[in-house]
Amino acid sequence: MLSPLHKQLLNDYQRDFPLSSRPYQDIADTLGVTEAEVLSAFTELNADGFISRIGPVIPPNHIGVSTLVAMSVPEAQLQVVADKISAHPEVNHNYEREHQLNLWFVLIATDAEHLRQVIEAIELETSYPAIQLPLLDDFFIDLGFKLDLNNA
Amino acid sequence: MLDDTDRKIIQATQSGLPLTPQPYHLIADQLGITAEEVMRRLSAMQNSGIIRRIGAVPNHYKLGYRFNGMTVWNIPDEFIDELGQQVGQLDFVSHCYRRPRHLPAWPYNLFAMVHGKTQQEAEQQIQQISELLGGYNLGCDVLYSTKILKKTGFRTGKPPVTD
Repeated sequence: MLSPLHKQLLNDYQRDFPLSSRPYQDIADTLGVTEAEVLSAFTELNADGFISRIGPVIPPNHIGVSTLVAMSVPEAQLQVVADKISAHPEVNHNYEREHQLNLWFVLIATDAEHLRQVIEAIELETSYPAIQLPLLDDFFIDLGFKLDLNNA
Repeated sequence: MLDDTDRKIIQATQSGLPLTPQPYHLIADQLGITAEEVMRRLSAMQNSGIIRRIGAVPNHYKLGYRFNGMTVWNIPDEFIDELGQQVGQLDFVSHCYRRPRHLPAWPYNLFAMVHGKTQQEAEQQIQQISELLGGYNLGCDVLYSTKILKKTGFRTGKPPVTD
């Protein structure tokens, strides 16, 4: 169960996490709690998987070269193929989705040549063609996601 | 432009800031620089747009958003800039990108992620996007994620710097 402090941290600190010597103390001062309470609440959110981390969020293609990749894989082979793909450290997300193209993953490489090599390796290992759908324009202004935590 | 120290800071923080009273000091110690420099560089990267935001990264699925749909739309190229920006501003959309079509298998060029706690909530969001796009929507689909097979922070698979 999420406490009121958990919910405040989730909703108010998706952005503007303090860049200061004692950031958790600064948050504690703002919320009227102790630094230890803020640290343990964040530790719990992290341990329970409600947040994946606290840190800088980098928009795509600002560092390195990335692409979204789609593949069509028979259901019976999906897990085996997905595991082969996920084993590459360049693969940052990998999802099964309901579509003829049912395997979707994001590749981030240091440069175009590195990206090409990884795609080639994945196609060779899996024997399925990889459809590359790189980002052309980013229309999103990321202000954090407004969460409805009433029943969380 | 990013230099090696900037890249090392990004690398050191992508699995998360340490949950200790002085996280920037800990990173600074690892990199052999001062905490002030770590903070100054993070701030500069945020101002230049290299870093979009610094904060907690929520896990939508775990927080009850079980219906995470990748909505995809076929929009005439000449209208995609304006319409993409309008879709990207909807408060329930968490990503909004233009990507190339891959014909014939993939006719869609606009991607927007929606997140609902119920199927109905997700469908209402999709309906709102559909109404916004009106007659410029030449075709669409929604791909719900059925399984997360891997999710990590940003990384390129190679160290960002070579010493």
